Amino acid sequence: MRNLLIGTTALMMGLAAGAAHAADLKVGLSAEPSALDPHYHNLVPNNAMAKHAFNTLVEQDANQRLGAGLATSWKALDDTTWEFKLRPGVKFHDGTPFTAKDVVFSICRVPKVPNSPSAFTIYMKSIESMETPDDMTVVMKTATPYPLLPTDISTIQIVAANTGTLNGPLVFKKDGCTGVESYPSTEDFNSGKAMNGTGPFKFKEFVKGDRTVMVKNPDYWGEKAAWDTVTFRPIAADGPRVAALLAGDVDFIENPPSQDLPRLKGDKKVHVVDGLSNRVIYVAINSGSAVHPGLKGVDKNPLADPKVRKALSLAIDRKAIAAKIMNGQAEPAGQTISPGLFGHNPDLKPDAFDAKEAQKLLAEAGYPKGFEVTLGTPNDRYMNDEKVAQAIAQFWTRVGVKTNVDATTASVFFSRRGKQEFAAFLAGWGAGTGEASSPLKSLVACRNKEKGYGTTNYTDYCNAAMDATLDQALATIDDAKREKLLQTAMAQVAADTGIIPIHFEKTPWAMKANLTYVPRVDQQTMAQYIRPAK
Amino acid sequence: MGYVINRLMQGLMVIAVMAVLVFVGVYAIGNPVDMLISPEADQAEIEATIIRMGLDKPLWEQFLGFVGGALRGDLGTSFMYNEPAVRLILARFPATLELALAAILMAVAVGIPLGVIAGLRPNGVVGRSIMTVSILGFSLPTFWVGMMFIMVFAVSLGWLPSTGRGETVEVLGVRWSFLTANGLSHLFLPALNLALFKTSLVIRLARAGTREVITQDYIKFARAKGLSETRVILVHMLKNMMIPVVTVLGLEFGSVVAFAVVTETVFAWPGIGKLLISSIVHLDRPVIVAYLMLTVLLFVTINFVVDLIYAILDPRVRRKEAA
Repeated sequence: MRNLLIGTTALMMGLAAGAAHAADLKVGLSAEPSALDPHYHNLVPNNAMAKHAFNTLVEQDANQRLGAGLATSWKALDDTTWEFKLRPGVKFHDGTPFTAKDVVFSICRVPKVPNSPSAFTIYMKSIESMETPDDMTVVMKTATPYPLLPTDISTIQIVAANTGTLNGPLVFKKDGCTGVESYPSTEDFNSGKAMNGTGPFKFKEFVKGDRTVMVKNPDYWGEKAAWDTVTFRPIAADGPRVAALLAGDVDFIENPPSQDLPRLKGDKKVHVVDGLSNRVIYVAINSGSAVHPGLKGVDKNPLADPKVRKALSLAIDRKAIAAKIMNGQAEPAGQTISPGLFGHNPDLKPDAFDAKEAQKLLAEAGYPKGFEVTLGTPNDRYMNDEKVAQAIAQFWTRVGVKTNVDATTASVFFSRRGKQEFAAFLAGWGAGTGEASSPLKSLVACRNKEKGYGTTNYTDYCNAAMDATLDQALATIDDAKREKLLQTAMAQVAADTGIIPIHFEKTPWAMKANLTYVPRVDQQTMAQYIRPAK
Repeated sequence: MGYVINRLMQGLMVIAVMAVLVFVGVYAIGNPVDMLISPEADQAEIEATIIRMGLDKPLWEQFLGFVGGALRGDLGTSFMYNEPAVRLILARFPATLELALAAILMAVAVGIPLGVIAGLRPNGVVGRSIMTVSILGFSLPTFWVGMMFIMVFAVSLGWLPSTGRGETVEVLGVRWSFLTANGLSHLFLPALNLALFKTSLVIRLARAGTREVITQDYIKFARAKGLSETRVILVHMLKNMMIPVVTVLGLEFGSVVAFAVVTETVFAWPGIGKLLISSIVHLDRPVIVAYLMLTVLLFVTINFVVDLIYAILDPRVRRKEAA
């Protein structure tokens, strides 16, 4: 009995020592995913978490350029037909081999997720039909030429078909697939029951509000993760998140606040990386309406005049904002898509600060004494959003356009913006698709519900020439030609200052000195890319 | 009996009025879809989502739907998590309860001895120092003190973990931290942070109670009988001065549970306060409404019970109501 006890104790001590040597990683997140279901909520924290356990056919790299994922290659057979060749030898976490059936099942499930607060249907509704000539090939057809299909497909995670119940041959139909009796529920993913993916990590535990735990998938088809166990902890408050890193409770945090960065960078035990994100901070100005309650001292809308808009852009000292208010965590912008992303136009430089020229343009437009405008801004959504708006207000006031800042919490701001209460507002746009058609389509294209254009264009800017170029780009399959067209559209918006880009945000990550991370344009935190420093 | 029915009706009235106020108030903040949906979604998708969430219906229709559900015990489904709001709140309740109990325990364990000492020697150096320090407990903002605790005990000294709940043990299907050493170390700082204000309150109540009781005849008599000072304080005095302390702490307990929001946010403690904050940020209306309604229910119930106890204890209350 006694020997047994000693033996057990020794064994336990051995286990404890073993656990201490295993590579464990603790990550402090600024926002928690609302569910582990990869098709439930199209939101950065959810999408980042999903990529630990799941893969997509086409994957976006750190710069959101497309690369091979569960599909080794894809090509357009003609303008409306796309063929994806699947990766052979991939296994799900439960050992089931990955085949074309899983792809069809996953895409079929997207519109069937109950109560999704932000559905992924926007990424699959262009698919008219889908066929699987063999187990390793998927062919998709679209109604009209649609070059963004591979980009859209890169957002849909592939789940195993055996997580649902099939009752016949699985056939994709646009208005609802046949052959499926039931799909796994969101709750099945949260409990881990349906967390059967192909990704570098396997599900272990999800305690809402407290932690998500994943363990290494030793049979992963790609580069294996450096960690045996990863624990994600949501620490929403900025200060405590930084403190948790400094105290050693977590090894890695996302979004350290910009005011703490000088201190963190000066700390030898901490390593900070940052990189340009796909998010542009911009000021939108109402150019569409004849009069607007947000404007005073005028009887018509001065913002309808491109000269006035140009003047307002020239009046802003973007370099000073990036250096002084953003602590270097921003790069001045002259367009709405970040450098390095598809469709960025290298010829468009940020407007250089020139108060004299701004005043001259205002006088030419017939406003030598300026006017009064209210600038709306959220105060808790983007990095230092309200401070940036205050600075812009002062720059504008200096050239004679008296500017009042109206700052509110994001939920109130977005509702008021939706009602077009602001003649001018500051906001941000992250190009989710990682290419220029995203900001062009949503921010500056003329509002058109049928085409899905101008969804966030709350200033009624409309430039028919730009819309025509964008239409053409979105129907051009050839990548090189499309990129040229998108660059042209960017230049067309800049030509009459349809929108005033301010800067591109840089995203920082802070970690223990012995770790590294390659900054991601999409601002996502993924443990498989956190590596021990060499 | 008439008294009980009367009180019950009053309680129900309060709940009904609060339901209207809470619902209309939360409705006025903004559109949840703006906060939940991906900016990439087009108008068609936004409209589909609004309809899916029932937000296209007029306010009165949404309210009637809510009331109908509430009468069946269903306070709505979270927009964010697609789970019943009540279940979300109850799942996190143990964490908050544990924190609140630990805080109250600390407040009593520290506050009563200090209060008694201050009451026994109101003009001494020790008594005065205790009272001065207790002012700090009242006046320092919880958020700042919490951050200072983390900076000193977690970051600089490294004695205690900075945030989170640590290891938990499942008892009767509920996770508790206080049963593991690791969990206890996580519990200590947030509980201390939450206890600070209450400790100061207890010190003041205990001091006042002590000063009042000490002049009573039975204390003089006990001393005259030749009982030791320790016995006089521990048996005769402590018992009598505890009455107001217990009454106030009972009432305060409700507010500690309902409003541990700040402490939970600072220490990333996964309780209902943190849930409330994130629900407000994301405009997850059903969770906000359910949380406030449950809080109202909690307070109405406490008050109802207190009223009943008063009536039992004091016949005058009953007679006055009947008249």
